[in-house]
Amino acid sequence: MTMSILIDTTVCTACRACQVACKQWHDLPAEQTTNTGGFQNPDNLSFTTYKLVRMNEEQIDGKLQWLFFPDQCRHCVDPPCLETAFDEQAIYQDSMTGAVVYTRYTKRLDAEEINYSCPYDIPRKGPDSIIAKCDFCNERIHNGLEPACVKVCPTGAMRFGTRKKILADAAARLETVKKKYPGAALLDPEATNVIYLVAFDPTLYAKNAVADTRQQGISRQVALRRMMGPVVRMMRI
Amino acid sequence: MTNHWIDIKNSDCILIMGSNAAENHPVSFKYVTQAMENGAKLISVDPRFTRTSAKADIYTALRSGTDIAFLGGMLKYILDNDLYNKEYTAAYTNAGFIVGKSFGFDDGLFAGYSKNEKGPALGRYDKSAWAFEMDDDGVPRMDKSLSHERCVFQLLKKHFSRYDLDTVSQVTGTPRQDLLTVYKTYAATGARAKAGTIMYAMGWTQHTVGTQNIRTMAIIQLLLGNMGVAGGGVNALRGESNVQGSTDHCLLWHIWPGYLKTPRASNTSLEAYNTKWTPESKDPLSANWWANYPKYSVSMLKSFFGDAATPDNQFGYNWLPKVDDDKVYSWSDLFDAMYQKDIRGFFAWGQNPACSGSNAAKIRKAMENLDWMVNVNIFDNETGSFWKGPKADPKKIRTEVFMLPASVSVEKEGSITNSGRWMQWRYQGPKPLGNSRPDGDIILELGHWIKKAYAAGGVFPDAIVNLKWDYESNGAYDPHKVAKEINGYFTKDVTVKDKLCKKGTLVPSFAWLQDDGSTSSGNWLYCNSYTEKGNMSARRSQKDAENNIGLYPEFAWCWPVNRRIIYNRASVDPKGQPWDKKDWVIKFAGDVKDGKYVSQKWIGDVPDGGWYPLENPDGSRRDDARYPFIMRKHGHGQIFGPGLADGPFPEHYEPLECPVEKNLFSSQMTSPTAVVYRTEADAHATCDPRFPFVGTTYRVTEHWQTGLMTRTQEWLMELQPAVFVEMSEELAALRGIENGERVKVASARASLECTAIVTRRFKPFQIGYATVHQVGIPWHYGWRWPASGAEESANLLTPPSGDPNTRIPETKAFMVNVTKL
Repeated sequence: MTMSILIDTTVCTACRACQVACKQWHDLPAEQTTNTGGFQNPDNLSFTTYKLVRMNEEQIDGKLQWLFFPDQCRHCVDPPCLETAFDEQAIYQDSMTGAVVYTRYTKRLDAEEINYSCPYDIPRKGPDSIIAKCDFCNERIHNGLEPACVKVCPTGAMRFGTRKKILADAAARLETVKKKYPGAALLDPEATNVIYLVAFDPTLYAKNAVADTRQQGISRQVALRRMMGPVVRMMRI
Repeated sequence: MTNHWIDIKNSDCILIMGSNAAENHPVSFKYVTQAMENGAKLISVDPRFTRTSAKADIYTALRSGTDIAFLGGMLKYILDNDLYNKEYTAAYTNAGFIVGKSFGFDDGLFAGYSKNEKGPALGRYDKSAWAFEMDDDGVPRMDKSLSHERCVFQLLKKHFSRYDLDTVSQVTGTPRQDLLTVYKTYAATGARAKAGTIMYAMGWTQHTVGTQNIRTMAIIQLLLGNMGVAGGGVNALRGESNVQGSTDHCLLWHIWPGYLKTPRASNTSLEAYNTKWTPESKDPLSANWWANYPKYSVSMLKSFFGDAATPDNQFGYNWLPKVDDDKVYSWSDLFDAMYQKDIRGFFAWGQNPACSGSNAAKIRKAMENLDWMVNVNIFDNETGSFWKGPKADPKKIRTEVFMLPASVSVEKEGSITNSGRWMQWRYQGPKPLGNSRPDGDIILELGHWIKKAYAAGGVFPDAIVNLKWDYESNGAYDPHKVAKEINGYFTKDVTVKDKLCKKGTLVPSFAWLQDDGSTSSGNWLYCNSYTEKGNMSARRSQKDAENNIGLYPEFAWCWPVNRRIIYNRASVDPKGQPWDKKDWVIKFAGDVKDGKYVSQKWIGDVPDGGWYPLENPDGSRRDDARYPFIMRKHGHGQIFGPGLADGPFPEHYEPLECPVEKNLFSSQMTSPTAVVYRTEADAHATCDPRFPFVGTTYRVTEHWQTGLMTRTQEWLMELQPAVFVEMSEELAALRGIENGERVKVASARASLECTAIVTRRFKPFQIGYATVHQVGIPWHYGWRWPASGAEESANLLTPPSGDPNTRIPETKAFMVNVTKL
């Protein structure tokens, strides 16, 4: 049963508990950062930062808004990175939870190609060529626990449940939020298992908040594979 | 808090002012969010647009130090537009009390003022000038129609008549329209069954007018009928997870546990002491609960000295230190004395004054005068290592510093008390590391050594030798023993309320405490927390009370006697029926016969005293009732507050260091009773072109206090690696400063290098004809960690002024300059 997360950015206060909980659970080291003139840190996702709260000050309709976007892997329903890799040992999708998981065998993939295939600019290569990103806290889920980020969120901005329930919650929440923010929207809910609710234009929150904002080309290899279909998959071309 | 954290969800309008709750009390936002989901409006008033403001329905800015002007304007708006709750105000507040003829207010000064040439307080008031007019029975004269020219209500109107929108806007820099929006939205909670709450913190308290900031809001809450009700109250968000516990147990010089008074030298006997501090009321309808004072003070003495305390030796009263009548020993005064070489030994226990105190350079210099220092802390800090700090010359410093490594809270068993007065028992998680030891064990052993030393002689050994010191089990500090001691015991077999109470059993509640030595209690407020029924603070029941407003009466325990919303007798009308039928706190459910109550029964929260309501259902008055504000002498909520050092009504005064030449409300610039220290290290400058910008300090989610626990944590340093100064784009342009560059911030006392955050979240203020810029700096840093030593404390900049009631330093408003490096 696929699991999903709803992230309501209108409730998020950018406390960064999720960002730290992720590091703590995965035993990830801190990056050396400097204050470049704001609260957001680090600047972007990395091999050791799977979750990043993006903070943007925007003037919208004459009012100052401070937009918060706890960015992470979307655990797509049909992940392009998985398709591009075409290597179940390196990237697989857990048929029980829907988690898109990278292993150490990502070492043998073309990291640039994998990152480029992602509409949200998520996968990151490490010094040993292994590629890393949020793993949905898949082992936690298998043990009846919520992902670390969801568990620690103090305001309830993050919710976790079955895809069916989360989609229903998301739709209901959207209706409520629209009363205050008529332009509110859910981002790519049909294509992702980590669904964001935003009040304003998604590009104000993050460059790659929605799929269609990133230039996407399909590599020749992937195009070929798609044309040949299941036969190709079996033959592992 | 008068209410508690969960209760915030019941509010119809939440004002967050003098607080940045989303950042500094992040879990509280769960309840703010719930309230908003139920239709509540969130208002954020802050000089800077914060993460709290980002969630607010309404945001506006005000210049730091002008909260009384802002709130005074709201007060005037409420009175002018008749938005106050008339029934509540007349029945439950002292709005109708008639003030004596000697009261007056003229050009910023109340009657009874005299200047103080010696300092550090600038002046003082003879409060007898503010006394109420008493009738022949010794009860204040009241006019419940609120029309007598000297009744509190009319005096209030007169006092705040100067706080019109234009003047307020000119002083605060808040646009008129924004003032009106905030006032209108908040004042709507004056309607019956609507409740507004205030969440405030250091943004209000850390001023020379700090106490009066809160008073202004308390007056507004009383006028609107928001005290004692669900979703209302005056709610302080304490700055530390157990600071409520520390103040309850009197870790401040001026109080004994449970907010009893520290005796003065002129209280030469126990009787004199009790007489002096026990308020007297002649009004039979006033509970005047503090009339029980002697029971609490004697029980405390019995707790301290055990069997050694007897009626013959005044229960050991003479063994406890007294304070000189006209001296103040506040935290700031300790360092002032240390600077002047009057204090030579110092325990820095779980604190970091080198970074937490205002005018930190003076504090660091003061420490150089010490013969010895004991630093009890989990890590070394700027205090323990003051002698090798940036401006210190170790060769010239003779202080011997002892480091006693302490355990962290999760390594210990014991309780904390949160902002909502809830006492929660916690268990030991990991065992203490290395040689670190819990505070309880350190104090216990220290006590044994001191007792041993005094047993062999010394100056006045009685106090130490007679101290009861049996708080261990199996050689280790036993928090359960201490908790029980705090609750209290029957020291002998005694019959109370027709019940035989056996010696050595735990006292059920403070209603059972006696003044004859037959009971002991380390803190009367906590009597009921650990009883024969068990450790009440260890309870974890998730069952809510029948009124379903989030009281959770069996989750942990709160004082007093597990009453979750205090002053809740004001949540009902004089007949004992809730003003708000939906979110009711208590309800009188006694039997009625012929229009009169004939049996006593309250349901819901623990009522603030179980007496009958003031009226029967048929409207007839009862003489076995009590007014709701039982801790106040006259039983009424104090709109007129005759006991504070700086006046019975709040008044706007400018901070010691301010950007204006004139105070538009009077010719008094600084609060006439403010505290201003006077050594050469206490330099200050006001309306001075060298320091043209308003400075303030605040916190961030990612760091904690002076940063001792967080600057050493890599994931938190990753988030907030450096001390920064936030400034407007306009100020940055003025100084040619770019976002992210290192800059210098200076005050009359010191300068600080920090990273500039140039942001739209600060905007210049229009103060009269002038443009006034404001900047802000988080105070979480210090030279000790990170190792570069480049991130220093914002408190190097902060001023030498404090509140006249509390002497809390004015760290939220002072003047600075900002320049490129």
